[in-house]
Amino acid sequence: MAAHPQPTSAMQVVLGAIQLPRNWRLGFGPILAAIVLVLIVIATASAYLYVPHNPMSMDALQRLKGPSETYWLGTDPYGRDLFSRVMVGGQVSLLIGIGAAIVSVIIGLLIGLVSGFFRLADAIIMRIMDALMAIPSILLAIALVALNGPSIWSVIFAITIPEIPRVVRLVRSVVLSAREEPYVEAAIALGSSMPKILWKHLMPNTLAPLIVQGTYICASAILTEAILSFLGAGVSTEIPTWGNIMAEGRLFFQIKPELIFWPGLMLSLCILSINLLGDTARDLLDPRLKKREA
Amino acid sequence: MLGYVIRRILAVIPVMAIVAVFVFLLLRLTPGDPAAIIAGDSATPAQLERIRESLGLADPLHIQFVTWMGQLLQGDLGTSIISNQPVTRLIGQRIWPTLQIGTLTILLSVLIAVPLGVLAAWRHRTWIDYAVMTFSVLGFSIPVFVIGYLFIKLFAIDLRWLPVQGYTSPSQDLQGFLSRAVLPCLTLATIYIALIARMTRASLLEVLGEDYVRTARAKGVKEHIVLFRHALRNAAVPIMTIIGTGFALLISGVVVTESVFNIPGIGRLTVDAILARDYPVIQAMILLTSAIYVFVNLLIDLSYTLFDPRIRY
Repeated sequence: MAAHPQPTSAMQVVLGAIQLPRNWRLGFGPILAAIVLVLIVIATASAYLYVPHNPMSMDALQRLKGPSETYWLGTDPYGRDLFSRVMVGGQVSLLIGIGAAIVSVIIGLLIGLVSGFFRLADAIIMRIMDALMAIPSILLAIALVALNGPSIWSVIFAITIPEIPRVVRLVRSVVLSAREEPYVEAAIALGSSMPKILWKHLMPNTLAPLIVQGTYICASAILTEAILSFLGAGVSTEIPTWGNIMAEGRLFFQIKPELIFWPGLMLSLCILSINLLGDTARDLLDPRLKKREA
Repeated sequence: MLGYVIRRILAVIPVMAIVAVFVFLLLRLTPGDPAAIIAGDSATPAQLERIRESLGLADPLHIQFVTWMGQLLQGDLGTSIISNQPVTRLIGQRIWPTLQIGTLTILLSVLIAVPLGVLAAWRHRTWIDYAVMTFSVLGFSIPVFVIGYLFIKLFAIDLRWLPVQGYTSPSQDLQGFLSRAVLPCLTLATIYIALIARMTRASLLEVLGEDYVRTARAKGVKEHIVLFRHALRNAAVPIMTIIGTGFALLISGVVVTESVFNIPGIGRLTVDAILARDYPVIQAMILLTSAIYVFVNLLIDLSYTLFDPRIRY
């Protein structure tokens, strides 16, 4: 492998990592995925501006109504407007997805840098990460939410912890190969301080793979939030999230399957487009992986 | 070889030990009074005291740890706060449905996913390949319970081919068991098939470009023998690895699927424990599933030599 040119800014590193394959062109899939995702984000973020009903206000007379002009997708078992709830519910689901991705990438990056650079710390950290990876993530998240309560931050925390080992492993492997580069050896020989070497010379190498990993974590966090809510271990049921709406629809599934299918459709579209964009980002930022998969 | 097997088995011990320490600390390091967290807001002082007593929370941390580890090593996973029964007995009563459904799912997944992946690699860049890849991406993107409810709506409610929910023991009524197991198994298998098919395809594509595959084809070996004997066998190691790591997905899938289909297995036990805030049961399930995961991956690691005799330790 050719020596990495000394990167100056983080953005430059990411852009520099983009090596377009010779006959590469943006396919139909990724463009569609980007459009769908942007639409979902705008529609949910601005939901309170246009939804026809208060997503929380109950009306006993309007329970489980079918679609009508007032209630576009009908109502839920408490007489709340399903359309308003699905659109507003996306806010918390997306917030949890993005929050979990950012937090796990940052924590994983810090631990991974230390682990990749210091041999002694590495041995201990990797044993802990191995053990953490052996615990099925849903069960670990369930236990964390059970202990910390059903707040949004507690759910983000619960989803983050099982994701961290994967980020740590990724960062560590990048650092392990980058630390053999001449410019890193030069920096060590020149007596640069350890934090400076880690942050200025090694960290930028991890950015491209971390962006890819971050998108996958975001998708899986949204999925995990839904599963946690579905199992009764998610965000408090007073807050509408896609998972909570589906969880409440369970008992009435045979009467009104839309209660699960509409939020399920939004959720799946969202995850599908994030995953497709993640694949595209991986092809762009990490051509070596592309070769193996294609 | 024997040395490797022993070393690999011994390597399980630190992992499980750290998992145990982790599970122990999880409850104790949570801010606030653990007994109050477990008992919930409406607990009376007497209930709090009983929980503190049963978990030994009054002792200093290191004594708690020694007691807890001692009990764990004797196979004592604690006592359920709700039913007051030993957790091991609860698990023992509920494990059979889960094992049956789980085994069927793994068989089904491998039997479907591997040929699917081989087919996609064989017919690379044709509609078959794209269809398999699309299915694979979809399988990752739809939550497992939504898949379950879609199947119920389609096959049980609309077409009336199969029962909606429930479980029958195979020793009592094999046909009843199978008809009720089809949908949960398919539901659970979807994501697993997506994962394995994707890896089979990728791994086989790499192998199909090798010289020995060209040689085999050139000397007129039948195509299915080239694919399944020459290529698949050499592509087996990454596929086995993904079957092992994907096992974690299967475990979380079991928890969800059992509550969708109302199956009285250990997944349902876990969900009931979450709703009742029965922390000892949740804790035991973490330990049990981690142990199963580690054990399955140990077996898979050891089986590599069967698939690829070049691997010698």
